[in-house]
This record gives sequence, structure tokens and C-alpha cells, in this order.
Amino acid sequence: MQHVIVIEAGRRERNYWLDLWRYRELFRVLAWRDLSVRYKQTVIGVLWALIRPLLTMLVLTIIFGQIARLPSDGTAPYPLMVFAGILPWTFFSTGLSEASNSLINNANLISKVYFPRLIVPTATVVVALVDFLISFSILILMMAWYQYLPGWQILVLPVFVLLAFLASIGPALWITALNVKYRDFRYVIPFIVQFGLYVSPVGFSSSVVPEQWRLLYSLNPMVGVIDGFRWCILGGQRGLYAPGLAMSIGVTAFFLWFGIRRFRTMEKSFADLI
Amino acid sequence: MPDAVITVESLSKSYLLGHRTGEQARYNHTLRDVIAREAHNFTRKAIDVFRGRQVVQGDEVEEFWALKNVSFEVKEGEVLGIIGRNGAGKSTLLKILSRITEPTNGRVVLQGRVASLLEVGTGFHPELTGRENIFLNGGVLGMTQREIRKKFDEIVSFAEVERFLDTPVKRYSSGMYVRLAFAVAAHLEPEILIIDEVLAVGDAEFQKKCLGKMDEVSRREGRTVLFVSHNMGAIASLCPNVIWLDHASLRGHGATRPIIDEYLAHKINLEPVVQLNRISRPHYFQDDRLRLESLEWLSSLPLRHGEPIKARIHFKTRASVADVGIGIGFSTLEGRRLLTYETDFPDGLRTSIPHPGVHSVDIEIDSLPLAPDVYDLDVGCRSGDSHPLDYIPSAISLEVIPGPNTPGHIVRKDAGVRLACKWDWKCKKK
Repeated sequence: MQHVIVIEAGRRERNYWLDLWRYRELFRVLAWRDLSVRYKQTVIGVLWALIRPLLTMLVLTIIFGQIARLPSDGTAPYPLMVFAGILPWTFFSTGLSEASNSLINNANLISKVYFPRLIVPTATVVVALVDFLISFSILILMMAWYQYLPGWQILVLPVFVLLAFLASIGPALWITALNVKYRDFRYVIPFIVQFGLYVSPVGFSSSVVPEQWRLLYSLNPMVGVIDGFRWCILGGQRGLYAPGLAMSIGVTAFFLWFGIRRFRTMEKSFADLI
Repeated sequence: MPDAVITVESLSKSYLLGHRTGEQARYNHTLRDVIAREAHNFTRKAIDVFRGRQVVQGDEVEEFWALKNVSFEVKEGEVLGIIGRNGAGKSTLLKILSRITEPTNGRVVLQGRVASLLEVGTGFHPELTGRENIFLNGGVLGMTQREIRKKFDEIVSFAEVERFLDTPVKRYSSGMYVRLAFAVAAHLEPEILIIDEVLAVGDAEFQKKCLGKMDEVSRREGRTVLFVSHNMGAIASLCPNVIWLDHASLRGHGATRPIIDEYLAHKINLEPVVQLNRISRPHYFQDDRLRLESLEWLSSLPLRHGEPIKARIHFKTRASVADVGIGIGFSTLEGRRLLTYETDFPDGLRTSIPHPGVHSVDIEIDSLPLAPDVYDLDVGCRSGDSHPLDYIPSAISLEVIPGPNTPGHIVRKDAGVRLACKWDWKCKKK
């Protein structure tokens, strides 16, 4: 089959998504590169993926569980509940920060080779996913320690992992594209991540939020994700708050649509601006 | 007659450039002036961000055409050379053809898969081993993992790095690095191959091997190749046809020999001040504290063999730089260096520049040893012995003409170095 490529100003690639599929191999290669480089020249290597969430869990448990004496979800041990929140939060925040800086970190590729640029930010999420799986092993150990058995709900967990991925990639696409043009956004991300840890129900259960504010609170897409994680892992100690979940999914979908749209419009000028 | 594989129709590309007004006076402004100007700039940038436009540094914004109304066709299996001065638009053209950047106007139709090699070792990761980088680089250039595995041994033996396959490439010598990178690229199998000045690096023997490989690719396998180089020797031996870009426009298109001759005659620079800051560098170094700005001839042009030369190099620093050494070099048009002058040879004269600003250094050569011919001038500087700051190979071409003492009967084009030394005749007196 002869391949014909037409290059024109402002031309929308008609088969952009097909092209994305053709370049899936590059996606694999970039994800694999990020993974193999991630813990090179570190002494304890992959242990970092275990230590960080573990320490965060300890601090949050002490502050919110011991000092502030907030209630847990049902009978679940407080540390377990916190950890079930940290898992998706770390996944989200790592994904968001890695993806947001991805274009700039790959400036040399962008200015020298063609490929659908969407590959770069999405490939970095694989790194976050692997870190997530590693820290998931801590959760299993903790559940064994507390002799806590999850219910059938655990089978739904992949759905919420996907939701966390979508929640991070949407805004990340927008920010990474803006980052190419205006480097200011590099400083926005650490702030969002730090701030988000406290406005999302990571260290506490979302049940402490007064009923009349619950829906508004769910505007933060991570509220739905974290609640979902706890529902799956803690075996439905507390029912899922459906309107809130729907709201979080809605916000995520909006950001995803918006992020992809903005990314696609700015994509063509990346090589000139980076 | 084979069909056109590449059709380029009135292709143009413009960029926005920012300038600072009153550049020279910039360092002795009062604080009030600085604040007023920064506030003005900030407002402009804020409006740009708001409207989603590009942020441009500086006070004035100028539109700059990197490529203007360029049209040509390339037939299947043709090897087309692209020549032109630095900044003439060659790289922009290749970037548009490789779909890295979008044209402002015009249209290109490409029939077939395109692979472009605009840089040696694109995407190489210093922490990864040679073996891993082969897969990474191959993937970046568009090879499937299966293709790479099939050609892996061939790539390794072409690069001659068998022993170091499992060493991170950050420990490679620069020669090994280039060999490995080119070896991967040489085994690509696209219908159209686009190659930018990648042979400028690497040792002569390997360059020859690469040229041979490229010749094989085009001649035996019938691929279409676009090849940019400053190396006229390589262009002449590889490409039957060339296009010549000059100031963003197409100046010539046709058989290689006559166009190269015309280009060389045209390329010779007789301007008393060479604006180095306008010339794009083949690679920018990470450390950009120092930029070469211009070269000013204090003695008259053209240069004469055996006569004194005086020149001043202006450069700008953004921050304090220690142990600055600056040098100029003369190379043949094939890119082989013939003559080098450096501030730190032989007395180790380097200087530290604590304050940002525009500075200059004067060079004085008592007697230019270059024999009459056309040469490329390279300018570069570094900090300490090996830390590069800025380097512009082939910044301009210069003609050296015979001086009053050059033996007149020698043919004019006779490149090389012709020096004075002591001779002692012992002749019989009857």
C-alpha cells in the first residue's frame, strides 16, 4: 500500500487516531525507557516507591487519626483507610506531575522527530502505574496484618484505577501543552499536588464532610476516585455516594475532552516553541 | 519517467523574533528605567498569554521568514543534495518535510514512508546501555522492535562497539557514540530518507563508511534521499542534483557541479563584520552563559597569504564565566581543519569574566600561513580546558588571495599551509 502524506498549514490530521495506533511501538519504547531510567543510580532503587507512601501514611494517620481523632470508614482500621486513599492519590499526583513535564523533558525528541505527540504524556503514566502496583503490595501486607478480608467489591478496583488515570491525564495534557509555551506552569504542578493532598479525602474519610456539601466536594474528581478505592478495598464499609461519583466522573470527562482538545490545537507548534 | 515522490509547492514558514531596543545601553540603565520596561514587557506578555499567542522576549516583535515560496520536485530514487549558508532555511525545510513543524503557507505531498535523521542519536539516553539505546533509538526513528532484532547484529558490527554493548552510553567516547547512532539510522528502511548534516561529527574513516552506506542505500535499494551538508565533497560524490537555498528562497536547482561552483563563488564573505549571533549553531550547548556575537575584521579583506591579520571577536555573557578560552580555525570546504588559533595556546591565556555584558577579544596574526584558496572559518569558545560554551563551525567562507611575497608562479588554488622557515643554500661558486 502506498502511503501518501500531505503537509499543509492548519491541516487537521484526518487519521490522527490511526497514526497513534501505528506508533504504539514507540509508546512501549518510551514507557520502557522511563521505567528503566527511573531508579538508575539510586542506592535503594525501587524501595523509594514503597517508602514514600508508607511514610505519608504514617504522618497522615498520626495527624488525622490520632491528633484530630477523625472517624474511620466503619470498622476499618484507620491506617488501612488512609493507605487506601494514598494509593490512588500517589498514582494521580505522580501521573499528573510526570505527564505535565513530559514534553519539556523530551524536548530533544519533539524538535527532531515526528510522532503523534500525545504518546509522550500518556507513556509517562505507565511509570506511575508501576509505582502504584509496587505500593499495592504494601496494602496486601497491611491487610494481612490487620487480618482484613476484602469483599467482592475488590473486583471493581480496575475501573477506579482507570478513572484515576483519566482524571490525571486530562488536566496533564492541558498543562503539558501550556508548559511548552509558558514555563510558568512548571511551578503550578507541585503546588496543585501539595494542595490537593489536603483538599482530597486522603488523610480522612469523605464522610466527615457535612452532607449538604458532599456534592460540591465531589467537584474534585479525586473525591470520587478515592471513595471508590475505599469502597473496593474496605469491602463496602460505607456505601458509594452515587451523585458524588457521577459528578466526579463528569468533571473528569470534561477535563479529558478539554485537555485533548487543547493539546491537539497546540500540538503543531510544539517544535517551534519548545 | 518515474513519478515525483516529493512535491513541494510554494512552501513558506515564518517565525516571530523578539528584539530589545537600546541593546548597548542595557547595562547602565537606572533602576526606574528597568522597572518601567519590565512592567511594559510584562503587560505585553500577559496579553499574549491571555490571547493564547506565543510569548516573545524583547521589546519589539519582528516577523522572520525562514523559508519563502520554495517549490521543487524529487523523483523516485533520486538523491538530492541541499546546499546553502547557515540560516538559509535548509533545516527549516527538512523540519517541515519530516512533519516536525508546520509550514505557514504552501503544500507538500510525500509518497511513501519518511524517516528523518536530523541529529545523530536522537533520543539516546545516557543512562541506558548501548544495547538498550539501539532499541530506543530504533523505536524513535520508526522501526519496529522485530525489525531491530532482525538487524541487531548488523547494526552492532557496523558500529564496531561489540565490547561495550552493556556499558551505559554516557561512558562511551564521542566517536563510539556517533558510530552507534549512525549505525542504527543507517539500517532504517523507509521510502524517503531525510538526512541533515550528521556526518560533520565522527572521524574521517567512519565518515567514509557512512557515505558508502548512504550511496548503497540510494543506488542499490532505490530509495529517495534528501541530503543536507556543508561538505561539498560529500555532496558532489553522492548527489547528481542539488537545490541551493539562499536567504529563505530557492536560488538554484539542477546538476550538482555548476551549482556548487556558483555557490562557492557566492558564499565568500567580504563583509567587514560577521554577525555570529544570526548564524544557527549545529548544536547548542547546555551552558549558554556565553554567546559569540560578531567577528569584526580590523585588517582589510580579502585576506592575503603571508600578510598580518587583525580581528576582534565580540561576545556577550549572561553571568560570570571562569577561564574563558576563545579560538578560531580555518577548515577546507570538506570540513577538515587546517589551522587553529586559540587564546590559551601556547601561554594558557584564559580569562575570567565576572560581570555580564558585551566584551571583546582581539586577535593578531603576524603572517597568515594559509595558501591561497577558499576556506571555512570556525569560531568557538570554552571554559577551562574542555567545557564547551559556544561553537560555530563554518561560520563563513573566506577566500585567501596571494600576498606580495607568495610565489607568483604557483597555481592559485593550492590549499594548505605555507610557512616561512630557515633555508641554507650551499652552492658551488665556480
